[in-house]
Amino acid sequence: MSRLMKQPSLPMSAPKKQGLYDPANEHDSCGVGFVAHIKNRKSHDIVEKGLEILLRLTHRGAAGADPREGDGAGILLQIPNDFFQSIAPELGINLPEEGKYGVGMVFLPKDESHRKACEKLVEQTISDEGQLFLGWRDVPCDAIRADLPESVTACEPVIRQVFIGTGDNSADQDAFERKLYVIRRVARNLIDELGFEDEANFYFASMSSRTIVYKGMFHSHQVGTYYEDLRDARMTSALALVHQRFSTNTFPAWELAHPFRMVAHNGEINTVRGNINWMNARRHSMKSELLGDDLDKLWPVIGEGQSDTACFDNAIELLTMGGYSLAHAAMLLIPEAWAGNSLMDEKRKAFYEYHAAVMEPWDGPAAVAFTDGRQIGATLDRNGLRPARYLITDDDLVLMASEMGVLDIPEEKIVKKWRLQPGKMFLIDLEEGKIIPEADLKAELADQKPYQKILAETQVQLESLPKEVAPMAPEHDALLDKQQAFGYSQEDLKFLMTPMAISGQEATGSMGNDNPLAVLSNRSRHLSNYFRQLFAQVTNPPIDPIREEMVMSLTSIIGPRPNLLGLDAEEPQMRLEVHQPILTNIDLEKVRHIERYTDGQFRTTTLSMCYTADQGAAGMEAALTRLCEAAEKAVNEHYNIVIISDREMDADHMAIPSLLATSAVHQHLINKGLRTEAGLVVETGSAREIHHFATLAGYGAEAINPYLAFETLFDLQRSGQFPEELTLEEIKTRYIKAIGKGLYKVMSKMGISTYQSYCGAQIFEAIGLSSDFVAKYFTGTPTQIEGVGLDEISEEASKLHRTAFGNAQVYKNALDDGGEYAWRVRGEEHMLGPDTIAKLQHAVRTDNYNLYKEYADHINDQTGRLLTLRGLFKFKDSNAIPIDEVESAENIVKRFVTGAMSFGSISHEAHSTLAIAMNRLGGKSNTGEGGEEPERFTPMENGDSMRSAIKQVASGRFGVTTEYLANADQIQIKMAQGAKPGEGGQLPGHKVDQRIGRVRHSTPGVGLISPPPHHDIYSIEDLAQLIFDLKNTNTDADISVKLVSEIGVGTVAAGVVKAHADHVVIAGHDGGTGASPLTSIKHAGAPWELGLAETQQTLVLNRLRGRTRLQADGQMRTGRDVVIAALLGADEIAFGTIALVAEGCIMMRKCHLNTCPVGVATQDPELRKKFVGKPEDVVNYFMFVAEEAREIMAGLGIRTYDELIGHTEFLDTNDAIRHWKSEGLDLSPLLHQVDAKEAAIHHCETQDHGLDKLIDNKLIEQSKSALEDKKPVIIETPICNVDRSFGTMLSGKVAKKYGMKGLAEDSIVINAKGTAGQSLGAWLARGVTIDLAGEGNDYVGKGLSGGRIAIYPPKESSIKADENIIVGNTVLFGAVAGECYFNGIGGERFAVRNSGAVAVVEGVGDHGCEYMTGGTIVVLGETGRNFAAGMSGGIAYVLDEAGDFESRCNMAQVALEPIASEADALEALDHQGLDLETHGRVDIKHSLSQNDQIILRTLIERHVHYTNSARGKMILENWDDYLPKFTKVMPVDYKRALSEMEAEMNASKGKEHANG
Amino acid sequence: MGKATGFKEFSRENLSYAPVADRITHYNEFSKLPADMSTQGARCMDCGVPFCHNGCPINNIIPDWNDCVYNGNWREALDILHSTNNFPEFTGRICPAPCEEACTVNLIGDAVSIKNIELSIVEKGWEEKWIAPQIAAHKTGKKIAIVGSGPAGMAAAQQLARVGHDVVVYEKENRVGGLMRYGIPNFKFDKKIIDRRISQMSAEGVEFRTDVHIGVDLSTKELLNDFDAVLLTGGSEKPRDLPIEGRDELSGIHYAMELLTKNTKRVLGDDVAEEDFISATGKHVVVIGGGDTGSDCIGTSSRHGAESITQLEIMPAPPESPNKLTTWPNWPMRMRTSTSQEEGCERDFSVATKRFVGENGKVTAIECVRVDWAQGENGQWQMSEIAGSEFTLKADLVLLAMGFLHPVHEGMIEELGVDKDGRGNVAANDQDYQTSLDKVFAAGDMRRGQSLVVWAIREGRQAARSVDQYLMGSTDLPR
Repeated sequence: MSRLMKQPSLPMSAPKKQGLYDPANEHDSCGVGFVAHIKNRKSHDIVEKGLEILLRLTHRGAAGADPREGDGAGILLQIPNDFFQSIAPELGINLPEEGKYGVGMVFLPKDESHRKACEKLVEQTISDEGQLFLGWRDVPCDAIRADLPESVTACEPVIRQVFIGTGDNSADQDAFERKLYVIRRVARNLIDELGFEDEANFYFASMSSRTIVYKGMFHSHQVGTYYEDLRDARMTSALALVHQRFSTNTFPAWELAHPFRMVAHNGEINTVRGNINWMNARRHSMKSELLGDDLDKLWPVIGEGQSDTACFDNAIELLTMGGYSLAHAAMLLIPEAWAGNSLMDEKRKAFYEYHAAVMEPWDGPAAVAFTDGRQIGATLDRNGLRPARYLITDDDLVLMASEMGVLDIPEEKIVKKWRLQPGKMFLIDLEEGKIIPEADLKAELADQKPYQKILAETQVQLESLPKEVAPMAPEHDALLDKQQAFGYSQEDLKFLMTPMAISGQEATGSMGNDNPLAVLSNRSRHLSNYFRQLFAQVTNPPIDPIREEMVMSLTSIIGPRPNLLGLDAEEPQMRLEVHQPILTNIDLEKVRHIERYTDGQFRTTTLSMCYTADQGAAGMEAALTRLCEAAEKAVNEHYNIVIISDREMDADHMAIPSLLATSAVHQHLINKGLRTEAGLVVETGSAREIHHFATLAGYGAEAINPYLAFETLFDLQRSGQFPEELTLEEIKTRYIKAIGKGLYKVMSKMGISTYQSYCGAQIFEAIGLSSDFVAKYFTGTPTQIEGVGLDEISEEASKLHRTAFGNAQVYKNALDDGGEYAWRVRGEEHMLGPDTIAKLQHAVRTDNYNLYKEYADHINDQTGRLLTLRGLFKFKDSNAIPIDEVESAENIVKRFVTGAMSFGSISHEAHSTLAIAMNRLGGKSNTGEGGEEPERFTPMENGDSMRSAIKQVASGRFGVTTEYLANADQIQIKMAQGAKPGEGGQLPGHKVDQRIGRVRHSTPGVGLISPPPHHDIYSIEDLAQLIFDLKNTNTDADISVKLVSEIGVGTVAAGVVKAHADHVVIAGHDGGTGASPLTSIKHAGAPWELGLAETQQTLVLNRLRGRTRLQADGQMRTGRDVVIAALLGADEIAFGTIALVAEGCIMMRKCHLNTCPVGVATQDPELRKKFVGKPEDVVNYFMFVAEEAREIMAGLGIRTYDELIGHTEFLDTNDAIRHWKSEGLDLSPLLHQVDAKEAAIHHCETQDHGLDKLIDNKLIEQSKSALEDKKPVIIETPICNVDRSFGTMLSGKVAKKYGMKGLAEDSIVINAKGTAGQSLGAWLARGVTIDLAGEGNDYVGKGLSGGRIAIYPPKESSIKADENIIVGNTVLFGAVAGECYFNGIGGERFAVRNSGAVAVVEGVGDHGCEYMTGGTIVVLGETGRNFAAGMSGGIAYVLDEAGDFESRCNMAQVALEPIASEADALEALDHQGLDLETHGRVDIKHSLSQNDQIILRTLIERHVHYTNSARGKMILENWDDYLPKFTKVMPVDYKRALSEMEAEMNASKGKEHANG
Repeated sequence: MGKATGFKEFSRENLSYAPVADRITHYNEFSKLPADMSTQGARCMDCGVPFCHNGCPINNIIPDWNDCVYNGNWREALDILHSTNNFPEFTGRICPAPCEEACTVNLIGDAVSIKNIELSIVEKGWEEKWIAPQIAAHKTGKKIAIVGSGPAGMAAAQQLARVGHDVVVYEKENRVGGLMRYGIPNFKFDKKIIDRRISQMSAEGVEFRTDVHIGVDLSTKELLNDFDAVLLTGGSEKPRDLPIEGRDELSGIHYAMELLTKNTKRVLGDDVAEEDFISATGKHVVVIGGGDTGSDCIGTSSRHGAESITQLEIMPAPPESPNKLTTWPNWPMRMRTSTSQEEGCERDFSVATKRFVGENGKVTAIECVRVDWAQGENGQWQMSEIAGSEFTLKADLVLLAMGFLHPVHEGMIEELGVDKDGRGNVAANDQDYQTSLDKVFAAGDMRRGQSLVVWAIREGRQAARSVDQYLMGSTDLPR
């Protein structure tokens, strides 16, 4: 779970907001599980089992600086009536019968008087609400026994239980529960008003007549030791819901532990800000029959300042109290992806569609377990981004957990092993004593009302309304004035709009963004430029909106929303639906006149955003106020669609920036509780690029009409700027399509999949806006360093207006140059321009330090042309020392690294030159994504080395073999890239030549896709697992995690360090790229100065700083940059673009076109010859930078680099170079120094990875003879879920010694039994075999590099293997070579990004073979949806018994073929002499004429051989029947590449013949 | 953007020239643009950092109009070109094109033929009659005098007239154009080209008063009284002399400008008396100075029918191909051969002239010595004569083309009493172009010293903006 919202009250005793640290940014993730007896048989055994699960999930949680300091853990039970009844007399409490009393678990302040005051209010509220206060009980707690550290006990609350009897006004237990709920809310509000600030705050952990929660700031093992109650044998329950938290921040916060009153959650609600806003927006319209007048007492129904899970808990509670069933509420909050699902039952679809208008989804990765004490269940988000496995035993026990193996349950008792699938639900009704199958459950709900009929009657589709007439575009010159008034530049037309209109997608650009931030720019910038898109990193995954489009939706519902709690409303509300939110001019007219067509059910009003220009900038505030009031009035007058429009803008009227107007109106209506009663549509001339639309959507626009953009396209067409064959209709359609795709990208980078939940979700951070301005108009948006307010924003608008309607010569017949995407004299500033590039190159080529200094001075002195936040700093005067007392330049350069640039994006020459230079300097170069040629691991003859010390592991995992990892000094996990955080990448086929194909283990000529997320990192505990995996492959290498600066990155970094990263990179938003959508280059992420300072402060606060190395990256240019980065906290500095410039790059920004004229970023053999860079040039550059840094250090009187780190006291903000916009900036939060309390403030310690305890140590010991003398060994061992990354460390040893070719087949055979932990056989090397009787969890065979894995149920198991799950999610991710045989069904994303492994499995979940580029997969059963999405290589054979596979296959890149008949096969055999088996292993080289039938049969035979699969046997025995049912999945590009390669081979064979 | 791979597919095409034997028989232009300019435009890479755009003193937005030409959007190309340059037809002919040296394709091959593209755009504009006067809708009533009608004065005048000021341009010669008119031979720059613009500017309200020498024919006091602002754009006309033995005593030694001015006047139909005219016909001509003016002397002498032409340069011969890695995108020292040099002359480098030798008061030969250049301790290049390398050259006509020192001080500048900088130019910065005197501005060679036409246009435009700002308190003119 979870992000904390901005909050008035902090969690208990967490440090206050200081500097850039803000406790509101905490995230966490976790392990979750429950155990329940289906027949509701209560026992103490269930409680013990719950605690046991917790213990076994320990590795999913985290410890802080003190290993005893847990992140929180807890357990939810049914009310243990026996226990309470038996102790009640001792307490003097006369306890009524079960169900007639409730128990509140209350955390109270330690301060006696505060506690008393709180207790009094609780008692009083109980009686006010008509219930009976029965008494208090001190909960026996034992902090000493639980071994809680001082940091946790310091904020330990006093924990008491309050007993409440049913009052007369509670008709039944449900009514009583509602009253308890009301009591809690009311008491909470009353106590908040007291304003106590204690170490431990008042908090209701639970209050119910059905359930009770025991939780706290624990490690999992501490729950049972702390609470004596839990050890009491009388403590019985039929269910136990447990949770272990992994927070990215360790400050003890007792109340942040799960479970909450109804839920435990693993995941994150990305849209929580919007969800809270929308909930508040309903205040006026929400009514409930059940809650009646009590509803008013509940506000705010979702408290500010709690975690996202707590908010979610509040929501599900409100819904259930308001009359929804538990399942219904869960389906409403976390709906399945229904919109594009052709496989979904129409009734169920109608159910979801109906509810889409009732409430926006709570979007984000989630495995939520929920219970009300009578039912217990779990549901998974629409994309299945968290794991949840369950099993059922023959004695009615159900166990559900994030992974299997958390309880030792005898195999023979298990009757079913399964998993929760994306969007699916699992529900046990304890009172009815049965599991309700999902299909029944949802069918029943879908049948409750005639949803299809209701929809048919109430749903208005915009396109079904009669066509309207829209105003025509003005003539060119008048249009030009309008464009200028809204800030259009030539670049908007050239780089942004034209490509969108022609190609239907946003254009790609390359290199980084070296323009000034909006607040530093001298120019008028679009208001949206002050808002930076947030993105997912670590705590939740971004989504691939292209390959996983099935979960995405742009559907928007315009207009009033139904009463959320009006379940039995007589007259359903009308609803206006659009398939996407961009309205054409005609669409808008339809909306404007909708009253005509809907019998007045819809009434639209248009309000103008314009005001008279003679008021100038000063008039804007009043105009905003008028607009908001007009909107409020309109809604109160029952207009239910409000269009705000700037069409009236002309020479005499200027417009409020539409984003400002939209947000202001949206926030105003929320504050008035009116927002859900009307739709908000924006008709604006200012929106043209994706980011403009994204910001409008994020601040509340349900639909947007960019009329001026359409008029501009019309004008471009009429002046012949588009291909003739394009009609205007087509141009508009493509433009809209491009916006839609762009919005998908923007949403998905935060992990949000629906427009409805993105709308109003405010997924932005403001940079350079004053907090007053933001608080008033963009409430709730974080802004950290102040900046401009309404005065400056209106002045910017006013300047544009004057330009537009003034007489400026250059604007008479042309738009402004722009100059943001390409350098222009009259355009926006850039850090690197023609002069600086030339100076630097001349300096390094002639070894001329003076010339370098001229270059550096130009960059460092930003007088009159502010570019960066660091440009505003100056060094404080200090006592200078002679420069020879300062650490040498040779030493300083060891802290320098070059950025991650892949061989593929840049040429071999450019890549290896950097490597040689960095090796000469003793710094480090980075492979980038895409592997490294093994030849480079060996030093060159002249003593140089082309080996990159840093090996990057990115989401595509290209070339990530065990050998590659074993040859690293540092392994870097790229979580995000500055230029495109939250996005994947694509290497077009034309850039994949032979050499790159070889290194990446892919097919030349076939494009490669890097997914947006790492499919093995959907949350922080997953990252911890990957760090662990990688550390195992190479125990000598440091593990680094690369993050991109955004608000909250410090707290993410803290989690990353707790996940044992040895090294953390904080990259700025401005980093370079080989290819990236322009929106991402320009608008996502924050400057590194902010992220670095926040990270330094947070890590020091957490006492974690010493154990990690911190690196800053992003547009680093000079020694001054180095020193400032060090002062803000960096141990190391990374240089990307500038290192390329030193070796010849001239910032063409054409990397994505493969036309780089200087041979740097191209694979064109002709252009590569133009490369002139030499290692000396790069060496000179870095020595110059170090020398400049030394000069500054001498001036500061600092002798060593270490003494710089974190010492912000040497920095001051340089007032002298400010200008009108930057005036209001406050950079002091960057310079804030937290009290280190003697903890380290720079890197000086090491991480404990806990490798010494691993089972692999024993394996290595036992494999000694194989490792040293190649003598085969066989090892027998038990295995359980805490044995993670089994076989990986062993494989690292094999690869280090023997490289990719490894050992001979079966040199090391490990026979294991049990449930393996995560990452079984990750990066298993050739020659190592794992034979497992039992089951695997997630990530089996990740990165498989030649080894073999077979898994089958143990002999004693009685389940049918082919109907049960045997391995978890994301199996074989990034596998390179090897074989796997799984006698059972695999989870989601089986063989994702496989590049060469062979596997047989008996069924897979959704997204099978996604992004696969090579290898062979045989599926002997059903697949889930979206099979083969993004699959560009390899082959899959799927047994399609029902004949419906095609409907579940993503056909975008593949074709389905039958398996060739036997006759064809024989024919082929004769000619090919098929050599299927070499040395006992399958070595399949795909060819077009291959014998599919023989391959398939052989693989199944081997499957049977290794796993004794019954299903395999049956297929072989009935081969002729089954063969026609197999379908071959063949990627189209792959087929083309194979045929080209074969043609080439035949041609060269022909030549040989001719020659011979 | 041009064509992504255009620079790989197409090769550079230069101007084509009439054969030497043909062209030296007249004073008309003799070059022709390539037929297909579109493929030349396609060679532009539309660089992320367009070095040409920075290398060009007036910051022509070269990638944009290259793209237009590639796509056939000539009219738009013309607008973009005029947005930075008042007179592309001047620079398109006589600019040495630092933009092309800065062109990225030049780094790896042959630069985009930017100058030719510029010329093709503007000539297309004239041909299509797209170029028309832009007459200000309102007059400001402010009067501005511009002294000197060279490119700086013309550019300033056009800018100022277009925002409604009354502009009077004073020229001491009989025709407008300054150095462009009489310093550059007609065969390189047909003077009709200037007249076309004058006609446009006259329609825009600029008044040209020729044959008025300020400080001689009209006092500066009157000027200051009559105008709200005065802009000095009189050029840098004081030539560098060679005061060695024989210079004062012997005839047949002339400044280059004497030859060029008189020659062009005659070409334009003025009656220049034979005794005033300088003829190279049948003479051994020695041109001292290796620059463009030297070349102009050569071309003119060739057309006169000189017996021999020798050009001497005191600096060493520059390299044929400089190391682009340490020069690009800057202007490199490189062996360049002008069309005039191509038409026939001897070139000698590292030669210093020691003495003019004469008979009967007329120069007959010059005595020269070879020199050596070495870098001194402070990095300065120092010259030394090579002992024993003396030699003598026949010379009936010696033309001194060694550049200009500074503006002529006598007359206007002295009368005004305006401050001068260390080099003798009128002192003013390149931000506001204001001199030490109120309402007096200076621009072009008069302010910066001898330079290129393109720099003069830049200064004229920028000074115009400053004058407008000064007069109106704000300005809509671009820098």
